[in-house]
Order: sequence, then structure tokens, then C-alpha cells
Amino acid sequence: MLQQHLRTLMGGKEWVGFLILAVLLIVVLPLTLDIFRLNLVGKYLTWAFVAIGLVLCWGYGGILSLGQGIFFGIGGYVMAMFLKLESSDPESTKIQSTPGIPDFMDWNQLTELPWFWQPFDSFLFTIIAILILPALLAYIIGAAMFKRRVGGVYFAIITQAIAAIATILIIGQQGYTGGVNGITDLRTLMGMDIRTDSARYFFYFVCVALLFVSLFVAQYIRKSKLGRLLVAMRDKEDRVRFSGYDVASFKIFVFCMGAVFASVGGAMFTLQVGFMSPTLVGIVPSIEMVIFCAVGGRLSIIGAVYGALIVNWAKTALSESFPELWLLAMGALFIGVVMAFPNGLAGLYSAHIEPRLLKLLPKKNTPAAPIASPVKEGTSS
Amino acid sequence: MFAEYSSSELMSIFAMQGFAGLILFSVFVLMALGLAIIFGQMGVINMAHGEFMILGAYITYLVSNLFSQHFPELFSYYFFIAMILAFFATALLGALVEWGMIRFLYHRPLDTLLATWGLSLILQQIYRSVFGAREVGVTLPDWLMGSYQLSETIEIPVNGLFVMSLAIAISLAVAVLMYRSRWGIQVRAVVQNRPMAGAVGINTAKVDRMTFALGCGIAGIAGSAFTMIGSTGPTSGQLYIVDTFLVVVFGGATSLLGTIASAFGISQAQSTMEFFISGSMAKVLTLLFVVMVLMIRPQGLFNLKVRR
Repeated sequence: MLQQHLRTLMGGKEWVGFLILAVLLIVVLPLTLDIFRLNLVGKYLTWAFVAIGLVLCWGYGGILSLGQGIFFGIGGYVMAMFLKLESSDPESTKIQSTPGIPDFMDWNQLTELPWFWQPFDSFLFTIIAILILPALLAYIIGAAMFKRRVGGVYFAIITQAIAAIATILIIGQQGYTGGVNGITDLRTLMGMDIRTDSARYFFYFVCVALLFVSLFVAQYIRKSKLGRLLVAMRDKEDRVRFSGYDVASFKIFVFCMGAVFASVGGAMFTLQVGFMSPTLVGIVPSIEMVIFCAVGGRLSIIGAVYGALIVNWAKTALSESFPELWLLAMGALFIGVVMAFPNGLAGLYSAHIEPRLLKLLPKKNTPAAPIASPVKEGTSS
Repeated sequence: MFAEYSSSELMSIFAMQGFAGLILFSVFVLMALGLAIIFGQMGVINMAHGEFMILGAYITYLVSNLFSQHFPELFSYYFFIAMILAFFATALLGALVEWGMIRFLYHRPLDTLLATWGLSLILQQIYRSVFGAREVGVTLPDWLMGSYQLSETIEIPVNGLFVMSLAIAISLAVAVLMYRSRWGIQVRAVVQNRPMAGAVGINTAKVDRMTFALGCGIAGIAGSAFTMIGSTGPTSGQLYIVDTFLVVVFGGATSLLGTIASAFGISQAQSTMEFFISGSMAKVLTLLFVVMVLMIRPQGLFNLKVRR
């Protein structure tokens, strides 16, 4: 039984890709980079979580969400709320007019902790909220849309509008959310200072571990019957529906999974970077998250990780040396990926590099890849 | 929340806010018309629509500078020339973009979204390099300044009236073009059934290019009109793109009348609420309402019934 599951997870030669990624993230990068750079890599990896979810939703399910920033933001804000409460104990906030509440609330003349902040005193509740809240929101959005057979372009525009609403709300409700600045000045997690180097190493490895958990879950979904149904739905939804499947609930499920991945990424972002702000929630970051997925390859979960790493690394490198070039490069990247290689780096790899590698290897009987490339998108709308 | 105002005060508040809403409505209509043609008729998601609008605004800015320096005696009329130039420049850019990019993506609507988003980033950077990161504004000619005093508490700015009449004129022109001209018939035929339209001798590639160019050109006029109300910066276009898409989708993407009706509803709701609660909350409530309605009625309020 277990063996069968494992085979589903890592059938064929795919485990090689996971192994290479694991060696890169666990051995090579920590040994070659100093902690500042490694912390940056950890930050990039938090977007890889979102990209993995997008591979499932968009590449396999054909539903493009332009609101993944909301779910990233939920995870990030929930974690930031817990950390903020921990760092605003009455002792360290005694100069405020009301000690014991976060500083930005004090600046905004709030005298009491709002009710929805109170449960975030508990770490267990925070962890549960990171997993449950995004799934709940994704369920509401997904159920409302997919049960009515809305998809494609309309889904993208509505999720985008929800991302816009979320940002306006966060910025407008300064007293409750910290406004434009977001939640800053986070210090400790359960007594451990998150700003020290050792804590950064620790969070980096936690992040990598969680990333692999997400990768395995995504790989399992992809390889299971559900994954094949998703592809079938993406290519011709009606056929799956006429075969007696409840198309909507599969889509809702995969959208919820994507939301939870994004939320975990957001929580890890807060822990590694030390703040959370609305600039990571809105429309622009949400679309950037889609490009991470597109560059890596919308059909490859491992590609999504590389996509997030490469695009963000390029962004940091370019904006350090040529700040005005970055937008041009990013725009060209968007256009180039869509026009020239719609299946991203992973598509390039499987079309050009893999066949040549296989020629070098001794001939074995390799089964054909079961997953077809996306032919037509948006036909389901 | 109405208690602290007297009834006559309430009347003038509603009149003033209603009028502010009408100006917002005109801007929405001008922006959304171009998008409704491109998205509703062609199915292309043009995320660079805001940047096309900004191009029109920058051209107006350039023309106004040119006139104030070289032809000061003609300055009162620069606006009309600027508008025509803005239309043709953006339409030309639109045709170019269609030729270079969009025509390869007609069967992948979601990918047009990403590609045009890339285009919008590039355009933003170009604007920033050419015109600088700071916002620019134009000087209005004398006849556009000032306001009409209707009663003691109600006054109506002239530039608002001008933008409104412009919106009405452009809407009428588009309606005539789409529903009364031979070209409009061709556009609608291509949209409904591309292979069949091609089979009866319509040059579908040319129709597509002209449609896209027209949509972009209207965005240019919108940008030109926009300079009279606010200032223009490299990223101004992005602020409006979500609103505009919601207007188009809310009204039913295929119906031009629906676009106008939903622009009216959204702008009035927003500007009336803005007076009583904060602007950002008014916006949140309006957007939330639109999203709710779209979840109940995904095809929008006015939907053309077509068998697909």
C-alpha cells in the first residue's frame, strides 16, 4: 500500500529532479552563500510556494488566479500578528499611552486590542489559521465561481478585483492593520530572536523542509487520478462533466490547495524577512507570482521553484546595479515567455536538453510522458 | 448618518456628489469603451490599456507645451488638436502591438493578459525615462476654467461639463460605428464566428487590427480628456485598470449599453458614498458589491444572448 503511494509520488525518473533540487537547497547554497544571501534565497523560496500552487491551478487546472497575493498575505499577516503581539508586551511598550497593544494601534488612538487580534496570542491558533483561513476564503470564492461554471478570463478578473479590495482595505484600516507600512518591528518567535543569524539559518531550513512537503503534496496530486482529471478538465471540461464527475469540486479543491501553499509561503516570508506589508498583497505582486510560475514552466512543479529563484535573483541583481532596467527586463520577460516559450524553462528542458541527455545514457525502455502540453486555454469560459 | 444635515443641505450634497460622480462616470465610460471593444468584442485582455491612456495624456501635455511656447494665440484650441493626435498615435501603437504580439495569441486569452502586462511595464519605464517620474499637468485654456453657479450651494465646473459632453459624443460615435456601419457589421461577424466570417470574404486579420487600434485610440482620447481633471504620471494607468475591467465585466462584456450603464452605477455609488464614509471604504464597498453581483450573475448585467 505504502509502496504503491510512493510509486505514485516518484514514478519514473522524476525523483532525480527532486534530488538535484534538494542537494542544491540543502547542501550547495548554504555552503556557498553567506547568511545575508541565503536569507534572500529563503525569501525567494517563499514565492516558490505560491508558484507551486499556481502550477496546479493554472498549468493543470486551467484556472488562472490573479489573487494569489491575497493568500500569501493571509499567511504573512497572520504570522505577523502573532509575532507583533509577542513583541508588544506591556514591558517593551510602556512608553505608549496604552501599553500592551501594537505600536501602530497606539498611534491610531486605539486603546484596546480588537477582537479579531485576540486569538493570535496563541501559537497553535496561528498555525491553524495559516492553514484554514486561506482555504476557507478560497472555498468561498471557488464555490461561488466554479459551481456557476465561471472560469478563465472572468475568474482572473474577479480574483484580481478581490486582490485590489484587500489592498485598499488593509491600507485604509490603518489602526487594525498597520496601513501602508504594514506590520513591522517583529522581534521574537516563542522567545527566539528572529533577527539573529542562527535563527535565519533555522528558518531557511524550515522553509526548505516545508517547500519539499508542498512539492510532495503537489506531486502526489499531480500524479493521482485527480491530477489526470484536472488535465482532462483543462482541455475539454464538458467531456469530464458528461462522464459524471463533479467538475466544480475538483477545481475548488485544487484552488484551495494553491491558497494554502501560498499562505504557508507568506508565513515563512514574515518569519525570514521580519515584516509584512500590503505591497506584497496587491495586484502587482499577484501578477508577478504568475510570472514566476510561467518562467519556470506552468506544467512543472520543480520548474516553479527554479522560476521563483531565477526571476527574483535577476530582479535583485538588476535592481541593485541598473534600477531603471529592471522594469524593461521584467516586461520583456513576460512577453518573451508567453510568445516564445509558453511552457517555460521546464518546457525548454524537456524539449531540447532532455532528449540529448537521454541519447548519452544507455538505451532503456522509457515510458512516454503522460501529461500533454496545454493546447487551448480559456475554452472553458 | 443623515441626521446632522438639513434636507436642503442633503439635496445639494447629493447634487454635488452626483455631479462629481458624473465626471467620474465620463472618465469610466471613455476608458471602458475602448476596453469593451477590445475585451468584449475580441476577447483580448489588454492590461496595457491604462498605459495607452497615459500615452494620450502625455501627448496632450506635449501639445499644450508646444502651443504655449510657439502659438500662444491659438492656445485656446490646442485641446482639439491634441485629442486628434492622441487618437492617431495610440491607434498606431495599438495596430503595431496587434501586429507584433496579439495576433499570435487570439486562441490563448489568458496569455494575452500576461503579455500585455509585460508591455505595460515596458511602457511605464519608457514614460519614466522620457518624461521623468514626477507627475505632469497641463494648463487649461481660459474657457475651460471656472464654473457655473446653479444655486448658492451647487456649482458645476466647466471642464467637467466638457469631459461629459466628450464622453457622450464618443459613445455615440462608437455606437454608430459598431451598429450602423459596414465595418461594425464585419467586426461583429468576425467576433461571432471567425471561420465563417473569413469564408464569406471578410479579411479577418485586417478587421482584428482595426478593432484593436480603434479600442486603443479611444483610450488615447480618454487619456487626453483625463489631463483636464488630474495630473499624469508613469504609473497612473495602473490605478484605473482594475476599475475599468470591472466596469466592462459588470455591464456584460459584449454589450456597449451595459458598459455605459455599469459605469454610471459604479461611479454614482462611489461618489455618493465617498461623502459619508472615507474614500477608501467607499471604494471597497463598491468593488465588493460588484464582485458579489458578478458571483451571482457572472455574465454581467446586460448580456447578449448568443448560442455558443
